[in-house]
Amino acid sequence: MLNERVVIEINRIKSKYHDAQSSLLPALYVVQREYGWLSPDAVAAVGDVLNVPRTTVKGVATFYSMFRHKPMGRHLIQLCTNVACMIMGAERLVDILKTRYGLEPNSTTDDGRFSLVVMECIGACATAPAMLVDTDFYDNLTEERIADILENYK
Amino acid sequence: MEKFLLKNIENPNSADIAEYIKTGGYKALSKALELKPSDIIDEVKRSGLRGRGGAGFPTGMKWAFAAADSKKPKFILCNADEGEPGTFKDRPILEKNPHLLIEGMIISGYALQAEYGYIYLRGEYPEAKDILEDAIKQAHDKGYLGDDVLGKGIRFYLHVHQGAGAYICGEETALIESLEGRRGQPRIKPPFPVNEGFLSKPTVVNNVETLANIPYIMEIGAEAYSKLGSPDCPGPKLYSVSGHVKMPGVYELPMGTTLREIIYTHCGGIRDGKKLKAVIPGGISTPILPPEKIDCPMDFVSMPKHGSMLGSGAVIVFDETVDLVKVCLRAMKFFEHESCGKCTPCREGVGWLRAIIERIYNGSGTEKDIDLLLEVSKNITGKTFCPLGDGAAGVVQGFIKDFRHEFEQHISKQVKAAA
Repeated sequence: MLNERVVIEINRIKSKYHDAQSSLLPALYVVQREYGWLSPDAVAAVGDVLNVPRTTVKGVATFYSMFRHKPMGRHLIQLCTNVACMIMGAERLVDILKTRYGLEPNSTTDDGRFSLVVMECIGACATAPAMLVDTDFYDNLTEERIADILENYK
Repeated sequence: MEKFLLKNIENPNSADIAEYIKTGGYKALSKALELKPSDIIDEVKRSGLRGRGGAGFPTGMKWAFAAADSKKPKFILCNADEGEPGTFKDRPILEKNPHLLIEGMIISGYALQAEYGYIYLRGEYPEAKDILEDAIKQAHDKGYLGDDVLGKGIRFYLHVHQGAGAYICGEETALIESLEGRRGQPRIKPPFPVNEGFLSKPTVVNNVETLANIPYIMEIGAEAYSKLGSPDCPGPKLYSVSGHVKMPGVYELPMGTTLREIIYTHCGGIRDGKKLKAVIPGGISTPILPPEKIDCPMDFVSMPKHGSMLGSGAVIVFDETVDLVKVCLRAMKFFEHESCGKCTPCREGVGWLRAIIERIYNGSGTEKDIDLLLEVSKNITGKTFCPLGDGAAGVVQGFIKDFRHEFEQHISKQVKAAA
């Protein structure tokens, strides 16, 4: 299920920790980076590599909001809507993504280009509203600016 | 005041070890390694340093508890899971001044006789992960980390561990659970982490800013440090200020600076000529304050006397245009989402608080709902493993205490939803 490169990387990470289960979160990240999401088969396979019960791995993988349990679009937009971003207009940005790209929170555009996840605080409150696109960080967002930024992600 | 925690961060290469050493970096480590571990702990105790994560526990005392436990190995964990909404104070240290944190961790590792340190970094800071890992590699190459720190025969290894989007993991026992590869659900205390923490070994969990203060204490000495800031809470403090001020940002100021001074002197006052309506002083889980109460000194001892808490020092400022019921509702959606689900009063109660506020906000609430909110919140307080439920309950009580009229206005439908 997991390709050889992923298994090697998980075993390398495992060696940094005192016990195998401590490497579970980083291992799940490796799998998510490789495949874009955590399929039930992949989650089970991580358990087998680390010798951690599959049900335990599933319980952990579903606890943390940054692990994805369905395929995502090519680019993941993580937009903060917590209080500091909300009072600076984050809700308007959610509306714009809806009208302009047909993108609802927790969904993917029909062409598979974008997925949107509405986030709790991402620590950019002084320059709110803010978002992550994949691992790139953007702040001081406006209606125009968010459109310009997203043009760079095809 | 001279900056220490944010020293040099305007330099675009501030994260580079050469720049850090050029401005006096790693000198505190050399100095510390000349001392006995127990002397360092005494020095930190004498400095009066309190943990900057929110609880304000005396750092030296925490270290002494862990040092006194005979179990081995011991661990030092850095809590870089900065998730309290409104808080972004640790970010400049992580991204611009990572060697200050690393130096603080090596000193603490030596003081505790711990050979392993982990930085538990929130998943939402991917840039910081790369910067920290580069910095750790640089420190390793220069001999500050590894098998023989500065040729003193001391071993210390440091790793970055990335969280995955769970606010609760900022609570130290949940952080430890998460680092052990489990769901981030808090443990009951006692036993405390200083005795049974990571892998059931003595473990110190300190916030980024706390550890970043350690080199400063080593540099200027406990005596001089203890004279900075407030008498009961000495030292510099990072305040992250957001919302409707002219110049939001992270400010390094003496601990105990008043909210008024932070808002009006340092951040330029309220933007667009508007009036101040309210302030959340220490991150979203601290009770909101009206303008009459902004003369309180922002420290761990003074804030509770004024009806709130210092928390993480995350100041969110609201002008007169903000609908505070909407803010309260957003806060409660956050707590509902982030409750780990372990304790029933929090898991169920916070959901009810959100639902009741939501119907008030939507104009279908009744006068009884306000009392119901207070009753539900009372049934959460003190009945949970960790402070998340207490925080949510305190937030609702705070809003109602000083802004009950806003809830009443929604109920009488005199205010149309707007913000």
